Amino acid sequence: MSELWRRFGRLGGGLVLATALLWALLLIVLPQLLMVELSFRPNLPAAARGGPEDVLSLANYAALWANPLHRAIFWQTIWSSLLVTLLALLVCYPVAFHLAQEARGTRALLLATALVIPFWVNEILRTFSWFLILARNGLVNRLLLGLGVIEEPLALGGVGAVMIGMVYAYVLFMIFPLYNALESLDRNQIEAARDLGASTWRIHWRVVIPHAKPGIAVGCVMTFMLAAGTFAVPQIMQSLPGGTNARWFTQIIYSYFFDGGDWNRGSAYAFALLLLCIVFVMATMRLFRVGLRDIAK
Amino acid sequence: MSARGLLRLFTALYLALFFAYLFLPLVFMVAAAFNASRFPTMLPWEGFTLQWFWGFDARGRPTGLFQDARMAAALWNSILIGAGVILLSVPLGLAGALLLTSLQSRLKGFLYAVLVSPILTPGVILGISTLIFWQRAFEVGGGLFLAVVGQSTFIASYCMLLFMARLERFDRTLEEAALDLGASHLQMVRRILLPFLRPAILSAALIAFLQSFENYNTTLFVIGAEDTLTINIATRVRLGLTPAVNAIGVLFIAATVLAAIGWAVLRRREVAVRRERPVPARAQRLAPAAG
Amino acid sequence: MQGAEVALEGVGLAYGAFWAVRGIDLTVRPGEFFSLLGPSGCGKTTILRLVSGFVEPTEGVIRIDGRDVRGVGPAARPTALVFQNLALFPLMRVWENVAFGLEVRGVAKAERRRRAEELLELVALPGFAEKRVDELSGGQRQRVAIARALAVEPKVLLLDEPLSALDLKLRQHMRAELKAIQRRTGVTFLYITHDQGEAFTMSDRVAVMSQGRIEQVGTPAEIYDAPATAFVASFVGESNPLPGRVRESAGGLARIDTALGPLRARDPRGLAPGSAAILVVRPERCRLDGAGEGDGPADRLARAEDAPVNRIEGRLARIDFEGAFANLVVASPAGPALKVQVANDGRLSRLEAGAPVTVRFPAEAALALPEGPLARE
Ligand SMILES: Nc1ncnc2c1ncn2[C@@H]1O[C@H](COP(=O)(O)OP(=O)(O)O)[C@@H](O)[C@H]1O
Ligand SMILES: [Mg+2]
Repeated sequence: MSELWRRFGRLGGGLVLATALLWALLLIVLPQLLMVELSFRPNLPAAARGGPEDVLSLANYAALWANPLHRAIFWQTIWSSLLVTLLALLVCYPVAFHLAQEARGTRALLLATALVIPFWVNEILRTFSWFLILARNGLVNRLLLGLGVIEEPLALGGVGAVMIGMVYAYVLFMIFPLYNALESLDRNQIEAARDLGASTWRIHWRVVIPHAKPGIAVGCVMTFMLAAGTFAVPQIMQSLPGGTNARWFTQIIYSYFFDGGDWNRGSAYAFALLLLCIVFVMATMRLFRVGLRDIAK
Repeated sequence: MSARGLLRLFTALYLALFFAYLFLPLVFMVAAAFNASRFPTMLPWEGFTLQWFWGFDARGRPTGLFQDARMAAALWNSILIGAGVILLSVPLGLAGALLLTSLQSRLKGFLYAVLVSPILTPGVILGISTLIFWQRAFEVGGGLFLAVVGQSTFIASYCMLLFMARLERFDRTLEEAALDLGASHLQMVRRILLPFLRPAILSAALIAFLQSFENYNTTLFVIGAEDTLTINIATRVRLGLTPAVNAIGVLFIAATVLAAIGWAVLRRREVAVRRERPVPARAQRLAPAAG
Repeated sequence: MQGAEVALEGVGLAYGAFWAVRGIDLTVRPGEFFSLLGPSGCGKTTILRLVSGFVEPTEGVIRIDGRDVRGVGPAARPTALVFQNLALFPLMRVWENVAFGLEVRGVAKAERRRRAEELLELVALPGFAEKRVDELSGGQRQRVAIARALAVEPKVLLLDEPLSALDLKLRQHMRAELKAIQRRTGVTFLYITHDQGEAFTMSDRVAVMSQGRIEQVGTPAEIYDAPATAFVASFVGESNPLPGRVRESAGGLARIDTALGPLRARDPRGLAPGSAAILVVRPERCRLDGAGEGDGPADRLARAEDAPVNRIEGRLARIDFEGAFANLVVASPAGPALKVQVANDGRLSRLEAGAPVTVRFPAEAALALPEGPLARE
């Protein structure tokens, strides 16, 4: 702390410290704590708050556990998010590798620029573009009808459609961390391995992937977090024919806040989702042996 | 054909597929914006039209995006929120970065974890906790102000990471040299530190604005009865109104393509100067926020 | 400009439980060129940071011209620091760098510019005012850093290994420059280096440091010829340290039992008989009997019967011909090998590796010191 005074003086150092602490407290820590606290209390009208009924309990979490539909949606959110993460990793790895290690000069620049473009078209429009493809009047149905493969338009909605939308919306959050990690791999290491007679598979397994670990971890954490916490993608994809069964956990949370008006239950559900993400982040960090510093780059 | 040749062919094929996957949906979306069909679709093609940007239907009602007053209001809100987010996030991120680079040891690790945690937290949760906190503690409900606060929660973290990356390359003895030569702390900050951080401040402001502009998950919970461009788009998409949504998409894509081309040209000049491989490492920094 | 006196009285600085420096007593006289010499990590930079005010001592007092400067920040002290890495401001032009200290003091721009030009003249960089810092060579940056520090008219200039980044030739040239600048300005220079050549050629006085303490303060000749500790003897120049035990000490001469037999050496301290001691002798003070031995007047004098002379039998293990002289290693079965330096008198070719030789040095050339740690090679 004395370092802070030395750099900026009492006044400046105090200002820096106060600003950062206000951010940490008012924007991050206290809101989260209040949300957690709320989740352990019953939903009461404002007048009854702090009264004899306002006691801490696990009732809101028990309710999540007791509701088979909500439980099912929670599990479905987990496994679909895991699947989306895995798919995104598989799809992105070859592209990131090519971009980082094989492409050169203008070509590499062009490819990288091409990646940035869909990145900045916002999530909703990106999802909407797939919605248009899968819609009743969409491209797929039109093509199949035109080719005479089907007689009636197919109902393409469902969990699958949501996942397609998510992979599409989030691949780029996988590709850039991967790219950054692979980019720092010395090309000579690959040459050396090849020179020693290693096959392409072995080179990737023994040299490239170990090097890319932090990038893989970051990409997976980001993608999983986005997928588990998405609201937009399922919301849009649900409008597809046959899509109504594809409900997402975030939507239940939303309805507790804005339709049901039970903020306490909603907080419990939100905290459950947060815990899920924390567990995933921890597990990934452990699995890939990386620290928070690598993750938040 | 040799094994490596085969591999190369396979790679090329895969890349072609990948970029088709990335771009074809956008192409369809753009095409539908110019289709005279009443539904947002490319097929069947009913003829070229600009009516989804500006025009009137058979009964003389306006159909175009630019004629939509609600859209204009939403856009204005988005700009206001974006400006607010810049004003809040950049100073917060800067303070965080300066504090963390002055700290050592365990305290630093802990504070770092707290300040970057919003990046790893789903956006909906940031929105929810912001709403609860301000509603219950200060009786401030959803609206533009809360949108600024909620978005800044994590956008400030991104700004902080940008500043920390830049500060990593800062030679701290420059600060000491200035103080040693008699500068006050304020003079040192104004003449040495801020000029060095200038590019990072500019890119932090730009990224803060863009992230704010396109944020949906957090905003949804804290916006109250107000509207932003992204919220407005989502509503239109959900209700499947008219291809005016596609027209927005066209504008977004056009703006992005222009920016990307500008970026690539700048980048190429830099590459030519430094004779290095083009590193889109900054591309990641240009990435929209997760959540 | 006028130099100030810098005095450190029992100064120590601790980082947690680790004392970076401790028990420093030192007085640098006004207008003196004073060097701190010591191996890397011994605490030299720490002392500069204490004097310039970036850190406050954990214990002890620092006075500049008699005034206790505790609590006075770097901006307010009459010192200026030339940083080890120079720390030139990369976004400013050369003259803006030089004039920065004036700028923050509110000096008008025209006057700043004029002063900067003057100082650039002083450091032999006329016409460089508008250049960018990254257009300069290493030596030029060096001068800009010095000009920038001098611009605030400090009474003490603190220099932290300022030449270490330069190549050998430039370094030697800059020594003369620095010395000249110091003479011209009259400012007290407190100069840090781990290079004894730098310290010796420029300094009026030198302090040798080891592990956060000062081992000896003296003129370069005193340090070299009369090292106060085994560390100084082994750190400064080449030497042969021979550990042993004092047998007797009388009349300024001691007899010490070493692995190479009993040897005699100067003993200004009068070491107690029976105490552990180290005898040191410089390689250039040793002579060889036998192959290629010198026959000048000094050699004859050294051989004279009445002067106490040490003789060590050995075998010539290595000959490194350097041109003007040769470095020899003489191995003896009884103890450590001896380094011997002989001048090239045209007969070096007679030396033959493996030949038996006798190393000879007068007692007056050797010095008996209390046992203590040596500098690592
Ligand atoms: N900020 C610090 N924290 C802890 N130890 C330090 C710090 N600065 C220097 N030291 C230690 O103090 C000792 C002296 O350092 P320094 O004065 O830089 O040595 P020199 O300049 O002689 O090479 C070293 O052992 C170094 O590791
Ligand atoms: Mg040093």
